[in-house]
Amino acid sequence: MSRLHDMGGRFGDGPVVPEPADAPVFAEEWHARALAVTLAAGSLGLWTLDASRHSHERLLPADYAVFSYYEKWISALCNMLVEHDVLSRAELQSAMADGEASPLQARRLTPDKVAKVLSSGGPTERESDKKPRFAIGDAVRAGSGQNQMINGGHSRLPSYVAGKSGRIVQYYGAHVFPDANAHGQGKAPEPLYCVAFRADVLWAHAENPDDEVMLDLWQSYLDPM
Amino acid sequence: MPHDAHDHDQPHSLLPSDPALRVKALETLLIGKGLVDPATLDEIIDTYQTKIGPQNGAEVVARAWSDDAFRDLLLKDATAAVSQMGFYGRQGEHIVAVQNTDSVHKLVVCTLCSCYPWPLLGIPPGWYKSDAYRARAVREPRKVLAEFGVTLPDHVAVRVWDSTSEIRYLVVPQRPAGTEGWSVDALAKLITRDAMIGTGLVAGPS
Repeated sequence: MSRLHDMGGRFGDGPVVPEPADAPVFAEEWHARALAVTLAAGSLGLWTLDASRHSHERLLPADYAVFSYYEKWISALCNMLVEHDVLSRAELQSAMADGEASPLQARRLTPDKVAKVLSSGGPTERESDKKPRFAIGDAVRAGSGQNQMINGGHSRLPSYVAGKSGRIVQYYGAHVFPDANAHGQGKAPEPLYCVAFRADVLWAHAENPDDEVMLDLWQSYLDPM
Repeated sequence: MPHDAHDHDQPHSLLPSDPALRVKALETLLIGKGLVDPATLDEIIDTYQTKIGPQNGAEVVARAWSDDAFRDLLLKDATAAVSQMGFYGRQGEHIVAVQNTDSVHKLVVCTLCSCYPWPLLGIPPGWYKSDAYRARAVREPRKVLAEFGVTLPDHVAVRVWDSTSEIRYLVVPQRPAGTEGWSVDALAKLITRDAMIGTGLVAGPS
């Protein structure tokens, strides 16, 4: 079982509604603020991008289903700020900061550093003592999509490929393992592959059997066939 | 919105339910704590509104169409190729470029969230982040493409890239006929964001 965010292949959604090329980057002013507050708070360095993704995934299903995109961002951010003792429930309730100076103030992102922070990013390729187990062309089977270390933890293996067979088409080196990194268990880098799955392996009613879906999957998500 | 006791386990439910007020409340608290500088927020917004957007990706694709050595580097090591042009950064630390051909059409999605090559294409459009696109692009890409006005013949195979890792994918669309001898700048003006996600084709001069 997974969570609501894991929606690849789901039935029941309506048409995709394209937008004109000149549509505004942010449809509402508060969308822009939500993005900026989230990036500025993230730069305090209290959590990883993987932990942040998991905080979105942990929103209550009832909330996840009805929240718009940036509502999810701001709500997940709020939850993380409380989990990390940056804000208290009392402060949220009163909408007033308690007046105590935060020891994190020294980490505040200043306007002059924005360009540097955004252009530096956070590369995830690392040296690893885990050697690549698969070669290009190898047949593999995807695992369950459940985090093997943390019950209900973060995973980047979508349910729609769980248990399905595919083949390795590319090796990307070793990358930070989200299943560990989202939970404060270190970077735990391991080999990352691009794996191709045939449409008729994934779907009972594939549009065209020659179509394929490609996913980037970490070595421990995969078993040899 | 009423919440039961269980809902209150999630702190966000203590914020106003109107999302614009919700953002404002959090912003005000973080500014009050000295953890966020309002001028920083303005700078971040300005960056993604005016400096980083699909014009960057269009410049990359137009150059790939015009310069074989650059195209070869782009297809071999896109991160190095786009870094040469200054397009490296957050959500674009590891770029892979995939090229459309007469026999294979490529399309990018992120079914688990909304991963997207920010330094090349900016902030993703609303439809890319929609449940409908995330749910359907992997199962029925041809129907989704038709909703964008793109109909592929059966002999063209579809490859959908689901962005499950930190690798970010850029689709290099096919160069339209009738653009021989065009400058890189003129070519770049033809190249749409959707064509670089794979939900569009680049139209030639009419």
